[in-house]
Amino acid sequence: MIKAVMVINTQGKPRLAKFFEYLPLEKQQELIRNVFGVLCSRPENVSNFVDAESIFGPDSRIVYKHLATLYFIFVFDSSENELAMLDLIQVLVETLDRCFKNVCELDIVFNYSKIHTILDDIICGGQVLETRSTEILRAVEEISKLEAAPNAITLIPKSASGWLSR
Amino acid sequence: MSGPSLMDSLFQRSLEDIIKGLRQQLIGEQAFISKALEEIRKEIKSTDLSTKSTALLKLSYLSNLHFHDLSFAAFHALEVLSSPRFSHKKIAYHAISLSFHDSTPVLLLITNHLRKDLNSTNEFEVSLSLQCLSRIANVDLARDLTPEVFALLSSNKLYLRKRAVAVVLRVFEKYPDSVRVCFKRLVENLENSDPQILSAVVGVFSELACKDPRSYLPLAPEFYKILVDSKNNWISIKVLKIFSKLAPLEPRLAKRVVEPICDLLRNTGAKSLLFECIRTVVTSLSEYESAVRLAVGKVREFLVDEDPNLKYLGLQALRIVAEKHLWAVSENKEVVIKSLSDGDPNIKIESLRLVMAMVSEHNVSEISRVLVNYALKSDPVFCNEILGSILSTCSRNLYEIIVDFDWYVSLLGEMSRIPHCQTGEEIENQLIDIGLRVKDVRPELVRVARDLLIDPALLGNSFLHSVLSAAAWASGEYVEFSRNPLELMEALLQPRTSLLPSSIRTVYIQSAFKVLVFCLHTCFVRGGSIVASASLNNLPAGVSASVSYESFDEFSVENGADASVVHGQTCASAPITKESIVNLLNLVELALGPLLGSHDVEVQERARNLLGFIDLTKPEVLNSAVQEKDDSEGKGVETSKIIKLMHDAFSKELGPVSLSAQGKVSLPDGLKLKENLGDLEMICGDLEPPSSNAFSFGSSYEQKDGLSFSNLQIKEDSEQTNESTSLLAEHRKRHGLYYLPSGKSELVSNDYPPANDPILQGDIDDNADNLVKLTAESLVPKRKSNHGKPRPVVVKLDEVDEKHVAMKKPESRDDSLSGAVRDVLFGCEDVPPTLSQSNLSNKLSSKRKGKEKQHTDPHAESKENVIDDGNSSLRRKDRSHGKERRHRSPRKKNAEERKETNQKEKEKSRRHHGRHKSRQRAEEPLKVSAQTPVIPDFLL
Repeated sequence: MIKAVMVINTQGKPRLAKFFEYLPLEKQQELIRNVFGVLCSRPENVSNFVDAESIFGPDSRIVYKHLATLYFIFVFDSSENELAMLDLIQVLVETLDRCFKNVCELDIVFNYSKIHTILDDIICGGQVLETRSTEILRAVEEISKLEAAPNAITLIPKSASGWLSR
Repeated sequence: MSGPSLMDSLFQRSLEDIIKGLRQQLIGEQAFISKALEEIRKEIKSTDLSTKSTALLKLSYLSNLHFHDLSFAAFHALEVLSSPRFSHKKIAYHAISLSFHDSTPVLLLITNHLRKDLNSTNEFEVSLSLQCLSRIANVDLARDLTPEVFALLSSNKLYLRKRAVAVVLRVFEKYPDSVRVCFKRLVENLENSDPQILSAVVGVFSELACKDPRSYLPLAPEFYKILVDSKNNWISIKVLKIFSKLAPLEPRLAKRVVEPICDLLRNTGAKSLLFECIRTVVTSLSEYESAVRLAVGKVREFLVDEDPNLKYLGLQALRIVAEKHLWAVSENKEVVIKSLSDGDPNIKIESLRLVMAMVSEHNVSEISRVLVNYALKSDPVFCNEILGSILSTCSRNLYEIIVDFDWYVSLLGEMSRIPHCQTGEEIENQLIDIGLRVKDVRPELVRVARDLLIDPALLGNSFLHSVLSAAAWASGEYVEFSRNPLELMEALLQPRTSLLPSSIRTVYIQSAFKVLVFCLHTCFVRGGSIVASASLNNLPAGVSASVSYESFDEFSVENGADASVVHGQTCASAPITKESIVNLLNLVELALGPLLGSHDVEVQERARNLLGFIDLTKPEVLNSAVQEKDDSEGKGVETSKIIKLMHDAFSKELGPVSLSAQGKVSLPDGLKLKENLGDLEMICGDLEPPSSNAFSFGSSYEQKDGLSFSNLQIKEDSEQTNESTSLLAEHRKRHGLYYLPSGKSELVSNDYPPANDPILQGDIDDNADNLVKLTAESLVPKRKSNHGKPRPVVVKLDEVDEKHVAMKKPESRDDSLSGAVRDVLFGCEDVPPTLSQSNLSNKLSSKRKGKEKQHTDPHAESKENVIDDGNSSLRRKDRSHGKERRHRSPRKKNAEERKETNQKEKEKSRRHHGRHKSRQRAEEPLKVSAQTPVIPDFLL
């Protein structure tokens, strides 16, 4: 399964962090720092895989992709295929690109919720569920519509409690 | 509680405001965040859900990307969750996913919210709650929400169904009993035509199969179908993952899947799938030569590819192949070696591992030479990586690949001089270990040690201190091989030794002691023959000393040319004259004098020992230096006695003692461990006589001297060596078989006595020794050596024990999850616990088992077996069982095989049936209670 997805910029600032198992905040921070420490020391044009066992414990690998000012990082175990994970990064980036029209770091900074929505649509509980960016975008679109609409779901006046209506 | 005013909510800052503010950094990030957090704490108490949810969203953001605690808002998140608005719910679920964990106090309050949302008509609401469940489910949540998840597993909305499938994984893990409810539907989804669903289900099964592959063998037909039919790479990869777990368990399955996998290997265009095929073949199908050949061919394509990713993965695959098919590495040798200088650290390390995999006793010296040269040029990290792997490869299995130990020891010396070397401790251990185990290497070891000690520059490098410690120890312990002990002494006492940590300094001083004793001994006891003979005559217990003295000579003769040449050179190159001894004594006094005031007790004590010894001997030495040799009567005798004693004490060999040696000593007669310790004295008396007579110089003599300090030292020393010698002898007596194993040291020749067996050099009359010798000799296989030089003996200990430990694998324990899965899948089949341990040698049983698996119909049998509670293995439909299985078997895919095995199968089910009957009878009385378990409706 996939253990974590991160987006870190080239200064080491996390732009997105999603862990599929609960980790205390300090641990999360430490992991992100360690991953960045490894990645920023790697030269350009080398392989996209990093041995992550020293950071995430046994049976863990990292695939990352360095695009413009961002590192896209997937952490996963032996039940995933490395190259498939690399493809998945591509899927994520492509989806972001289509969603924001030429995505850049700022889009990711300012669209915190949307990025999470997209990621949740691709991965659930560490399992890859959707790899077609059109489908992802469609779902994200519908979710945004729902979010925008006041009480679109229940059509119950705001004053009435959700408890009573059911 | 002061609720926020309307103004507050009206002018509430949104998440975007926070992000903008953070970016502008007018007041500094920390200050800004703490201000924002203050606002949030106020806003989150608002009764207005919009205000509350915005606050929660901001808090989630700060928690996720700035690591500020979110847990205080747990209850607020639940309040927001109860909002009817989707956007609020979404924010709440996000916050909950980020912060909730098993020990969150309000965790159980969420159950009803989740249930409500799981039953919602809005698929995105359901999806939110599934998402959340996949992240926070604990035992209680998993148990309480199993029915909802079960219902969603067959939802007609694919979007939800695949999410439910993913969530099942967590639910199973937390609450294994849910398997009984959900497993069947999960399996049904394996036949779904939608690739997204299929991908999710196969993914879940590959996770499950990772943990306990055996339980999923019955599903092999379904997986096989997917493997053959699938056009989707994601699915194929996951199915391959499953088969790579299942194939090693069932040879017949491996045989079936090898062809389809090879087809995929040949035809697929996707690199990810191709790599997965390669990995599956090389890990799980490595007996199929043609498949491996094909895979290695593809690996080669990866290796020569421009893409560093493919190259890296290719090397990784090659490393897996190398375990069983070393030819694959040799075929790609050039690429591998070239990769050593790749720009990518990953690739370098992978290729290093491969190079090390190629090492054998024939090429170890060339490869090590290349690598050491390479290490000199590479960056510190990789340099140490190289050194570490050379060290670990060469020391593997007691240096089994090393034939020329002289070479290896000098390589160790050379490695420690590499500037970036940080593997000092390992080198230290190996130098000492080799010194103890391999007798023939000692002259070279001393030479290497001398070179290291004599270089003042090395003392400044703290990484090398441990190596120097080993060098100092070796040069002291084996000083008799030194060409120039005086020079060694200077090296050990050079001023820069003050740079050493005190623990190592003590080793230096102790070694200086040994060297000094050796010099004195050479000069006065051996060199001056008259002195020696005089002392021999006068010594009451001199016999023992002379025995050991002679044995030393014998040894050097026995050891043939090498040793005696060195020995000869000792005298030739550095004649130890009386003047030089005097200088030596002065040097020691000068160097160690200041250490008497050392802060470290160990240093101080050892320095004091040595100086005390000098105090005793110096007057005599000076005396005899002035006088002629003839005048050796009187006090000179006394001195040489002391020197001889010390020399004897030090010249006893230290041997490697196995960790379990103590346990191997048989209980001596008369030792009653459970009785009062008052008997201790008598036991000690019993123990004295059998000690070998080489040690019999003893208390009576020493006490006469009244030299308390040296006396103690000797006693201690002799007792220690005595003990270890007798242990070793004992061990050898009982386990002689393992001392010179035939497999590894095939080059052992009889010319060398086994190293570290002092008894062999001692009294031959001893029966035990003879026995040892005989066993040792008879067990040495006389093979022809294909090297110019025979491999020296390497003393080994505890072969048996090590193997024993190694073979003790942790028993695969069935956890409750796999237990549950088995119950469902194997149905009434009585799964014998030994199933997993069976192997090919037991042909009959494994065949039968194979069939059982093949003909197990998960669907039918899960129905039968819902009542199975795992332990009692009570069955309800036992009687119909055999028949039913025979009916179902035609459904199986393997028609051909069926024809062949039909006959046997009938036999088998008959037998099976019979077995069940008898069990049934035996368990009759229990049956009444077995009826009680409730059967979930949905399964029947």
